[in-house]
Amino acid sequence: MTATPSVLASLNAGLRAAMADERVIVLGEDVLDPYGGAFKVTRGLSTQWPDRVLTTPVSEAGVVAVATGLALRGFLPVVEIMFGDFLFLAGDQIVNHAAKYRAMFNDKVRVPLVIRTPMGGRRGYGPTHSQTLEKHFLGVPGLWVVAPNPLGQPGDLLRQAIFDVADPVLFIENKTGYADPVLDGVPGYDLVRIADAASRFATIWLKPQAPPDGLLLCYGGMTRLALEAAAKLREREHLHVGVVAIAQLSPTPVSHLDRIVQEAGISTVITVEEAPATAGWGAEMIATVEQLRDDRRMDAFTYRRVGAKNAAIPSARDLEDTVLPQVDDIVAAVLDCY
Amino acid sequence: MSAADAPRLPVTERDATLADYYRLAQGIRRFEQLLLGQFALGRVSGTTHTCIGQEITAVGVTAALDRARDCIFSNHRGHGHFLAYCGEIFLLLAEIFGRSDGVCGGHGGSQHLHLRNFYSNGILGGTVGNAVGAALAEKRRGTGAVTCAWLGDGAFGEGIVYEALNMASLWRLPIVFAVEANGIAQTTPTELQLAGSMSPRFAAFGIPVTEISGLDVEEAVAAAARAVDATRAEQRPHALISYAPRLGPHSKGDDTRDPDFLRAAWANDPVARLRDRVDTATTIDREIEATLEKTVAMALGEASIS
Repeated sequence: MTATPSVLASLNAGLRAAMADERVIVLGEDVLDPYGGAFKVTRGLSTQWPDRVLTTPVSEAGVVAVATGLALRGFLPVVEIMFGDFLFLAGDQIVNHAAKYRAMFNDKVRVPLVIRTPMGGRRGYGPTHSQTLEKHFLGVPGLWVVAPNPLGQPGDLLRQAIFDVADPVLFIENKTGYADPVLDGVPGYDLVRIADAASRFATIWLKPQAPPDGLLLCYGGMTRLALEAAAKLREREHLHVGVVAIAQLSPTPVSHLDRIVQEAGISTVITVEEAPATAGWGAEMIATVEQLRDDRRMDAFTYRRVGAKNAAIPSARDLEDTVLPQVDDIVAAVLDCY
Repeated sequence: MSAADAPRLPVTERDATLADYYRLAQGIRRFEQLLLGQFALGRVSGTTHTCIGQEITAVGVTAALDRARDCIFSNHRGHGHFLAYCGEIFLLLAEIFGRSDGVCGGHGGSQHLHLRNFYSNGILGGTVGNAVGAALAEKRRGTGAVTCAWLGDGAFGEGIVYEALNMASLWRLPIVFAVEANGIAQTTPTELQLAGSMSPRFAAFGIPVTEISGLDVEEAVAAAARAVDATRAEQRPHALISYAPRLGPHSKGDDTRDPDFLRAAWANDPVARLRDRVDTATTIDREIEATLEKTVAMALGEASIS
């Protein structure tokens, strides 16, 4: 029996496979071996392809700018931003350069750029190294935001981001999520994979093998917590909630949600994200589901949003736990609907 | 008439005559003045930044480049760079007029232009980093191409410029930083926004720098040719700083400078100085006016293209 790979191993393998294409160039701070990147996603790459793994100055904006130029001129750059918190340093390059060029140059250019970065807390890194900031990039025209989860073959998702999309992709990893084992399925659920031409990054829908009592919509590192919450609800409350792990955060995979809403029916929807829920991903999900419900003339549903408190993330682990959403917060949100 | 027959200005190479350089520089000058006139008449919406006074640098630097392979990244004040590169006055005017037959189908407008190897964007300094990436791409592919990054003295307030200079030099990339020191950032004179001077900034990154007046086209072509050739041969960056005051407004009628300063600057107008050295200037002027008249008529829909 082979050991189940971790999300980290899957991402590393995906990146290695992508390097077979000579257009792929990896750029980032401290990505060279023996260090292999702060979270080791690039480990081994510079040893095997020393010419195509570039260690960079501490210049997030400059590195994304350079990668954008590489992409404009035919390469497939993959940038690592060491901590997601540093993404705003490159914000102008992402929003006003990389994501704009194709549209403002009347579809005559492509910017096939991938920017990978780890978000998330639970490691005690404190206020500026623990945040979940991708919500600020949702809805930026011309920009894809994608997040791997343990159910969705992270390495394949990364290769898809590199090769299947000709526009810039923000690829949002999760710090504690790196250690999660990649899952082919979860006992008690049917795993349904939804992808289509409109929304190509697959949504994984875990359908309870019993009439569903609600739906948890989650992504990235919160998938593990959503699964734990679903298990608790089943064991303690005999509630069978479906779990939907979204990979394509932006543009919203409306067609995926439409299929789930139609097939599952809809009574209770809980969105689960690690960022503060205010003006967040969950709000967009609820609004999208509500619009679909209205279009389909379905009955009203109950919803809750689970997210962090609107507060800076403290360094002390016990204080951090009071700010970030926990499994019991998800359980409580579901029970609150009954 | 088809779009392929649309009027254009003849571009110039290193060995062009003074008359040829004058035709292009004056063509850019008159294009910009005509554009401001169209704004004043309310025939065009949005905004624009004209390069009146800076035409010589655009013509001189671009003449030194190899249009077949070199890349150009320009900024918000890029009409002169664009026209010196391709001469496509109709494509540019139609773009600014928001027409579907503009160079970017009306999606880009004045500040966001792309044709072949030319790219511009309206955020100061940002394209300098993109240009470094293009230089890296061309170097890795071994095309021998040089990338030209246009920036002004105002862009030296942007941090990304220094990040770009650092990487360009660190990785020995074939890029020429072409600086137009026009002495003013929108309405703020350089002495209120820039400490020290620009040349040592390049020197600090190990980038050789040449400073020219920006008023003499032969000096500009020669200096640019040396910088471009050295960049191509040595595969490392060079910088050119060209000093020529912006004679027009930042945008449209927003010039707050002392009229005495402007009068003195206009008295030293580099395009007029070049005109004085060209025997056939009167004929060339007539040709330019006719070409521009036709271009405007087409862009206003008074002459059709099919």
